[in-house]
Amino acid sequence: MLRLPELDFLSPSTIEEALQMLADDPSGTRVLAGGTDLVPNLKRRHQHARRLVSLGRLASLRGVSGDPAHGLRVGAMTTLRSILKNEVLEQHWPGLIAAVRSISSPVLQSMGTIGGNLCLDTRCTYYNQTEEWRSAIGYCMKEAGDTCWVAPSSSRCWAIAASDAAPLLCAIGARVRLASTRGERELAVEALLCDDGIAYLSKAPDEVLTDVLLPPAGTWKATYWKLRRRGSIDFPVLGVGTALRVGKNGVVEDVRIFLGAVASAPVRALAAESILQGHILDETTLVSAGKAAQEVATALDNTDFTMTWRRQMIPHYVAGTLRELADLPRVGLLGADGLEC
Amino acid sequence: MSRMRTDTFTVNGERREVAYPAHHTLLEVLREELALTGTKHGCDLGECGTCTVLVNGEPILACLAMAADMAGKSIETVEGLATGPVLHPLQRCFADMGAAQCGYCTPGMLMSAKALLAENAAPSEDEVRSALAGNLCRCTGYQQIVEAVRAAGSELKTQGCGAKGAASHG
Repeated sequence: MLRLPELDFLSPSTIEEALQMLADDPSGTRVLAGGTDLVPNLKRRHQHARRLVSLGRLASLRGVSGDPAHGLRVGAMTTLRSILKNEVLEQHWPGLIAAVRSISSPVLQSMGTIGGNLCLDTRCTYYNQTEEWRSAIGYCMKEAGDTCWVAPSSSRCWAIAASDAAPLLCAIGARVRLASTRGERELAVEALLCDDGIAYLSKAPDEVLTDVLLPPAGTWKATYWKLRRRGSIDFPVLGVGTALRVGKNGVVEDVRIFLGAVASAPVRALAAESILQGHILDETTLVSAGKAAQEVATALDNTDFTMTWRRQMIPHYVAGTLRELADLPRVGLLGADGLEC
Repeated sequence: MSRMRTDTFTVNGERREVAYPAHHTLLEVLREELALTGTKHGCDLGECGTCTVLVNGEPILACLAMAADMAGKSIETVEGLATGPVLHPLQRCFADMGAAQCGYCTPGMLMSAKALLAENAAPSEDEVRSALAGNLCRCTGYQQIVEAVRAAGSELKTQGCGAKGAASHG
C-alpha cells in the first residue's frame, strides 16, 4: 500500500485558527482542501509536509453568494460537484460550469474544490511518476534533482499548469481573495498563477485562498474546451478558456483568450485577441486568430501526446470556442475525445 | 512521528470509536482498523475508483480522504448495501446480469451507482457511463455493468425507494 508519510493532522474550526496554524510553521505545513491533488502528491513524495491543516470544518469557505448583477463569490472550499449543481452559476456563468464539468471524474468532483483546482500542482512526464522511477533518473529540478529533463539545458522547470478552471477564470477576469495572519488581499486569478513550474503560485505559504470572485457576466459569454486522451479523468493537454462580447452588428467588442496546459500558467493569446477585436467572426478571422494563438504556446515534450500534435490542435480549439460563443456552425473536426470543433 | 487520534466514525449506520494514526486515510481505517475489507485497495492515487464509498450520500475515494476529515460524517461502504441475507437490487442485478468478472472494481461500481440512482432512478446509458466514469473495470465488462445499473434503477423505482427527485445527472 502506498501510504502517506507520518504527519500531524490539524482540523481548525475557524479561519482565524487555520491562519494561525499556518503562520506557526509555514514551510512545514500544507493546506488540505479536497485532497485529490495533495494526497497523491504526498504519497508519491512529490510534495512534503510535517503538518496538514484541513479546511474541511470551515463552513464559511463553502457555497456561492452575492448578487449576480454585482458579482458572485464562490467559497474556495465549494466542491466541484456543488458548483455543477448551482443554478445561479449555471444561469450567469455557464462557461464556468463547462470548465468544472471537464475536471477529472464525477467521484473526484465530489471531493475536489474550486480553490484546490486553482492551486493544483504543475505536472510533467518526468515528475508525475513513482518515487522509484524518479530516483532512477536522478529526480528532476522540480523535486530533489538539478535538471529539467524536458529541456536539460534550461535553467527553469517547464512543468505545465493543469487546472481546467484557471484558463476560464482568467478569461472572465475573476479574482481571488487570500488571507493570512498579516491580513487579506485580492488579486486577479491571472496574477495568482506564475509561469514557473516550481513557484507556480504567487500565494505565500502562510496564505489561504478563501474566495473566488466572479465579475458580473453582463453581455459577456464564456466557454472552455479541453483536449485530453479520454473523455473523463485525464488532466488537460490543452485547455482553452475564451470570453467574448459581440455587439448587435456581429462585431467583436471584446475578447479574452487563455490557453491552459501549454506553459506553467495559463497564457493569454493577446495577438489572437487583437485580430478579433473590432471584426466580424468569419472564417478568415477565425483561422488567423487560431494561428496567432498557436504562436504563444511553447511546444515541449512534457505531457501526454506528441508536442507537435498538441500544438496543431490549438487553432482548432480556439476557433471552436469562438464558434460556440458566436453560435456559428461547427466544422466537423474531431478532437481526441470526440469533441467536434 | 504521527500522533494517534481517537475519533468516532459512523459506518453503515453504526458508530465506532477508533484509535488510528493521524496520517491514515479513510481506506486504511476502514480496512485495517474496522476490518471492512469490502472497500478495495487499488491504485492508492485516486485513479481507479475501486475504493469508492459514500460520505453523506456522495461518492468519494477513500484512498484520498483523510480519515480525520471523515469523523462525524455518515460513511456507507459496500458492506452496508445488503439487508441481512437480502441483497440490494444493485448487487442482485450485478450478480444476475454478469456485471462482475474478477469483481475487484465491483464495490466501487456499486457505490457510485447507488449515488447515481439516489438522484436519478431512470438514468440513460450515457448518464450511467458518465456517473461511473471514475470507476475503472480492467476486465472491461462495462456493457453488463451499465445494463445492471439501469435494471436496478427500474427495480428500485418499482419498490418506491429510488430517486429522491428527477434531478439530472451527467
